[in-house]
Amino acid sequence: MGLSHDEVAKVALLARLRLDPAELEMFTGQLNSIVEFVTQLQELDTKDVEPLAHGVEVRNVFRDDVRGPALSNEAALSNAPKRNAESFLVPAVLE
Amino acid sequence: MDLTRASACEWLTQLNSGKVTSEELVGGYLKRAEALQRLNTFVHLDHDAVLAQARSIDAKRKVGEPVGPLAGLPVAVKDVLCVEGVPTTCGSRMLKNFRPPYDATVIARLKAAGAVLFGMTNMDEFAMGSSTENSSYGPTRNPWDETRIPGGSSGGAAVAIAADLAPLSLGSDTGGSIRQPASLCGVVGLKPTYGRVSRYGLIAYASSLDQVGPFAHSLADAALVLQHIAGRDPRDATSVDRPVPDYAATLDTPPESLRIGLVREHRGEGLDPEVASALDEAVRVYEKAGATIKEVSLPHSKYGVPAYYVVASAECSSNLARYDGTIYGHRAEDFSAKYPIEEDLPPLIRMMMASRAEGFGAEVKRRIMLGTFALSAGYADQYYNHALKVRRLIRNDFDTAFKEVDVLLGPTSPTPAFKLGERTADPLAMYLSDIYTITANLAGIPGLSIPGGLTRGGLPIGLQFLAPAFAEETLLRTARVFERATDWHTRRPTLAG
Repeated sequence: MGLSHDEVAKVALLARLRLDPAELEMFTGQLNSIVEFVTQLQELDTKDVEPLAHGVEVRNVFRDDVRGPALSNEAALSNAPKRNAESFLVPAVLE
Repeated sequence: MDLTRASACEWLTQLNSGKVTSEELVGGYLKRAEALQRLNTFVHLDHDAVLAQARSIDAKRKVGEPVGPLAGLPVAVKDVLCVEGVPTTCGSRMLKNFRPPYDATVIARLKAAGAVLFGMTNMDEFAMGSSTENSSYGPTRNPWDETRIPGGSSGGAAVAIAADLAPLSLGSDTGGSIRQPASLCGVVGLKPTYGRVSRYGLIAYASSLDQVGPFAHSLADAALVLQHIAGRDPRDATSVDRPVPDYAATLDTPPESLRIGLVREHRGEGLDPEVASALDEAVRVYEKAGATIKEVSLPHSKYGVPAYYVVASAECSSNLARYDGTIYGHRAEDFSAKYPIEEDLPPLIRMMMASRAEGFGAEVKRRIMLGTFALSAGYADQYYNHALKVRRLIRNDFDTAFKEVDVLLGPTSPTPAFKLGERTADPLAMYLSDIYTITANLAGIPGLSIPGGLTRGGLPIGLQFLAPAFAEETLLRTARVFERATDWHTRRPTLAG
């Protein structure tokens, strides 16, 4: 299978990446080679194989629901690209 | 003070006996780092902060206050581990101004042990790459040949050791990012078992594969670091609650059982003949030491790289979604609609798209898109879920092999260091640099690279050892048999400076 420019543009939108026309061209070619390369995985019959999500399988880990130390507001805001005294500022979400 | 001779363990003895102060030691390394700036090893090295840490340790020692087990030893840190208040940027424009509000657990442990944090080292952006060329700070150079790459993604951390800019460093390994640069720079690099070392504060690339580990000149030095960073951390639910053995104490005791497996599939096409003969030589060393050598097969090896690129990219597309210009990281100044596709999008979405486009480099974008595609509706079963099943087959291969042998021995990288720029235009050629290292991450097992020779042209060759999960002790003790019988780990590049 091949990925068209339109499909790559759609993936870029899903991934929240703006691509300029030259990048779209370059990534379409490269993603097609990579997808073609990974398609060799299809040669394997995995019908009765359980997926493995972690190399070392761990079960759910529980802890007591107690409050630990937390970041202060100021520390949490300290890396904000745009902020006021108490909040992160973003472009308006609602018109 | 000859910084190119002593090991971390020896420095520690000298620090403890008062023969040298931490200030003198770090002063020597700072001077050397200054003289060798052209290697582009550090992305951030604050001389005053380094000296202040050293002086504080010296003052405690002087008055007999208790100091930690690594007190006064400089440790360089890959730019991927959060250090409170210190720029931690993952080699990315996206995090150029990021100063973490907390320490990674491994950093907190180093601090508690009295180590001096000695700068942040260069890396491929977000740990994605095999050459350290994908860094927004430009590439790091290999001290053995400055026209060549140091490997990656932890290239700076490997060069810090190889060029004697620090006696110890920390890196991270998702598909070979500690072992491959260790191999190409002629140093020791250890990727512990998944879950052995906490990932809290390690900026995530692929969470089911990432693991923190040390670089050093010798196994004893690497064991010293592992000792102090390993162990359960309540802040990382995947860190495993198992006792941490005293790695240093047992290092010099040869393993009771020395059954070494040679992987048939790791001797295939693409293996450089000089790397192959270094491996043959290593086999002779082990035979002489009384080892049983056996050929074993990992039949699904060739699927390691493709399975990795599906799994790692899928995880990265999710992990890196957090960099959207809202809470921290780069935000684009101008996010007005630029292309027709953006005209109907709300400003917030355009802000995210423009910020990510400006903040990320090409390799990161490529992997985010590959992962987004592999997880997207209609393709997830075919790509992502299928790759997870192949991952199981790869793990089963190792389980079978480790029924017959204790350790697998092979080359770390199919070739010595390649030239800067040689593989940047061809992502697939770059991905194949990790062909021998990548399956250990998929299986979760520990892997180690140690210096195993030099090519006729004077480039380091690394030997890789792999062992079952949590068998770091076996790994280190087995490799120590070779280290003791050879002197490759004492070789140093000739550096004008």
